[in-house]
Amino acid sequence: MAMANDTQPLIDRLAALESRDTLRFAMCGSVDDGKSTLLGRLLAEAGMVPDDRLAQMIRDSKIHGTQGGKPDYSLLLDGLEAEREQGITIDVAWRYFGTDKRAFIVADCPGHAQYTRNMASGTSSAELGVVLVDAQAGVMTQTRRHTAILAMFGVQHVLFAVNKLDLIDYDHARYSAIEHECSKLAHDLGIASADAIPVSAINADNLVAHSPNTPWYTGKCLLEFLETVQVERKVDAAFALPVQWVNRPDHGFRGYVGTIAGGRVAPGNEIVVMPGGQRSRVARVIGGSGDLAVAEAGQAVTLTFADQLDVARGDVIADPANPPEVAAQFACHLLWLDDAPLLPGRRYQMKLATHTAGAQVTEIKHRIDADTQARLAATRLSANEIGYCNLSLDTDIAYRPYRQDRRLGGFILVDRESNATVACGTLEFGLRRDRNVHWQQLDVDRAARAKIKGQTPRCLWFTGLSGAGKSTIANLVERRLLSEGFHTILLDGDNVRHGLNRDLGFTDADRVENIRRVAEVAKLMMDAGLVVLVSFISPFRAERRMARDLIGENGFMEVFVDAPLSVCEDRDVKGLYAQARSGKIANFTGIGSPYEPPEMPEIHVHSDQEAAAESAARIVNQITA
Amino acid sequence: MSVTRLHTHLDRLEAESIRILRETVAECRNPVLLYSIGKDSSVLLHLLLKAFHPAKPPLPMLHVNTTWKFREMIEFRDRIARETGVQLIEHINQDGVDTADPVHAASRHTHVMKTLALRQALAELKFDAAIGGARRDEDPARAKERVFSLRGAGQRWEPRKQRPEPWGLFNTQLAADESMRVFPLSDWTELDVWLYIRREGIEVVPLYFASVRPTFVRNGALLVRDDERVPLEPGEKLIPKKVRFRTLGCWPLTAAVESTATNLDEIIGEMLDTRQSERAGRIIDLDPSDSMERKKREGYF
Repeated sequence: MAMANDTQPLIDRLAALESRDTLRFAMCGSVDDGKSTLLGRLLAEAGMVPDDRLAQMIRDSKIHGTQGGKPDYSLLLDGLEAEREQGITIDVAWRYFGTDKRAFIVADCPGHAQYTRNMASGTSSAELGVVLVDAQAGVMTQTRRHTAILAMFGVQHVLFAVNKLDLIDYDHARYSAIEHECSKLAHDLGIASADAIPVSAINADNLVAHSPNTPWYTGKCLLEFLETVQVERKVDAAFALPVQWVNRPDHGFRGYVGTIAGGRVAPGNEIVVMPGGQRSRVARVIGGSGDLAVAEAGQAVTLTFADQLDVARGDVIADPANPPEVAAQFACHLLWLDDAPLLPGRRYQMKLATHTAGAQVTEIKHRIDADTQARLAATRLSANEIGYCNLSLDTDIAYRPYRQDRRLGGFILVDRESNATVACGTLEFGLRRDRNVHWQQLDVDRAARAKIKGQTPRCLWFTGLSGAGKSTIANLVERRLLSEGFHTILLDGDNVRHGLNRDLGFTDADRVENIRRVAEVAKLMMDAGLVVLVSFISPFRAERRMARDLIGENGFMEVFVDAPLSVCEDRDVKGLYAQARSGKIANFTGIGSPYEPPEMPEIHVHSDQEAAAESAARIVNQITA
Repeated sequence: MSVTRLHTHLDRLEAESIRILRETVAECRNPVLLYSIGKDSSVLLHLLLKAFHPAKPPLPMLHVNTTWKFREMIEFRDRIARETGVQLIEHINQDGVDTADPVHAASRHTHVMKTLALRQALAELKFDAAIGGARRDEDPARAKERVFSLRGAGQRWEPRKQRPEPWGLFNTQLAADESMRVFPLSDWTELDVWLYIRREGIEVVPLYFASVRPTFVRNGALLVRDDERVPLEPGEKLIPKKVRFRTLGCWPLTAAVESTATNLDEIIGEMLDTRQSERAGRIIDLDPSDSMERKKREGYF
């Protein structure tokens, strides 16, 4: 009996730990606000830092510390060597701690403006945002930026931790003024609930216990607030499950695998698969160790249907009474992450829930100043900038506006050349444009037009440095083809810029648009049944890929007219290199702007080693063979 | 049939880990589960079985054997592989096996038999994604690592080239020579792991439980002698003590702790009281405090 009494407290405690819930929160603020110190101190005060780590921190404080050799609690958190040397937090860091009531997953977000992008990962999944405010400074530009980003990512609860209260002598009136400012800021940004707590990380005031220094503060201390704040779950939303994978171990079983984004599902429920619209009934709901009577938002399950349907990764299984919307064009907010700027018209890959699709930003409506919320005109977005844009996809997708569902409305863009994640964004609403502009069904098609010309439409895309010999060779090829009875057209870079594209300059954004228009024209010409020769420097791989995607693999031939820069510069037929070298032409390819050579051109011509006529003959042979 | 409501911390951790495992299988060409026999690997394997139930997991597991693991670990490994039916691939770095010396050249041993061996295995078998059981709470250097962690040529980790993962959207695109390390237990803590093992009744290697074992002290570390390859030095002698292990690895490099915890409740109870971090028992970590980050860049997790 004595033993049962001894172990009972432990068993109770284990039961409490097993049934506790989670709070995911994002911690925002700059090093100057004492963010790492606050978090480190909170963990230490709550007894959650092991002794060996505390000892290491005290040792390290003498070398790296910012408190004159006294314990520097921020060192409990800072991990990367580079970051220690710089003394700044450059990337979101994940922290874990817990009490018997709740487990906490903390996204510790960097504060400086140039790291705004790093807040994205941290805030996207947060249920609460904790914003640090320096009591000496009050609500600053960066307080506005942090709170605005929390609002953009749909965080509905914000706690302002007003820190360094010791430095304003625990002045109640000063604190009340700051609290009022914070509450107004949250309200202006549309955040549903906002609270404030006066703290001092250095003195541990109001972290885990009420401080005698703030007798006027009767609210919760920080830890108690975190333990008790209520956040909603998505259980009451309409059922939706983005299909992650189709599990087909054998012919007898076909399970649709995924995590429920919203609502509940049970065997017998009617479902619809979007965007296709096929319908069936749920046969089984399978969990990790057996069949379930019902499953709900957040659970990872496998579904089987009563009927055989064609369902693939990226489809969304949903409640037919309230299915997700379907569109291919959207208005969205974009937070640009990459060092290379966003160029409208460039093709990226979009990933939303489990769906991957080709995407381009067709228009930047405006840029949003994260500090002031002002709308600014913009033709491009640089790293850390937020834009309101139109997004166009290759294909219809099922989605919900981000405000309704983070999982079905949040997306990333991936660069197809560098594979970098270049942006993250939130879908606001679908544009119905593609429903209004129907494709005109044409009776006479490309094949019919090509047939009376007795030829196969093609696009020969000549790319290379200025002076490499593109136009010379393309002209020879066209003459040879004409003499053999082919119907052709030659689109030359310089000539097109005098007419169709005369409104475009030589910025990266204009170069992309230049190529897009030419690719569209080439496609129309191919529809007319022609062999199209395009002679453009077209320096960027991504744009040539865009042209290839637009025109179609079938019939597209990339001809790389290759000569070393020094050879082209020696030739300098048009005197352009001389002007570029003297600074009269900016962004000149090869001098002020890069040329990205094709990796696998269909035809590779070395114009410094072969006569133009020979190259032309080789090309003609290849397409008439 | 049972009704599950998803509101506890463990439920949410489990669901997210399963989502990550499924995403790896859906997006990667040739994934593999790195199985180290420890408690985290046991949890990972359990989650893998759940993720693809009622089918078998569509990927093998890889154990990089340094040849210095506790014998009980290898017996446990072989039995678990048999019982679960998941294909087990064992890799030993044959170039280093004769010269590896964990006693006198611990860093070199770890580098050759673990880091290089893992690189060899991933390259030879052409795995593009290696799923591991590392947790972010293990070390400050891991706090910023992504769930899908891109490795360049030579399996190097570039802290500055990490891809953001908003909404748990993982960019899995790879160039030639690149691969992914995937960490489904990123958000778990050591306490979560033990609570989950207890809740799910997951079997772990008995070395985690206290038992009387033959111990000796070397360089301040309490070691359990597992075989005859390490002779005792003058002044050292084997003393039977009731000890257990908080982490498992090569036996000459893994310190035991004195303990009376013989079941899961007692282990967790002990952990709730103890004031030592988990890795304090790993002798290889007692270098400068930021050595983990350096090892990681070289390709050791």
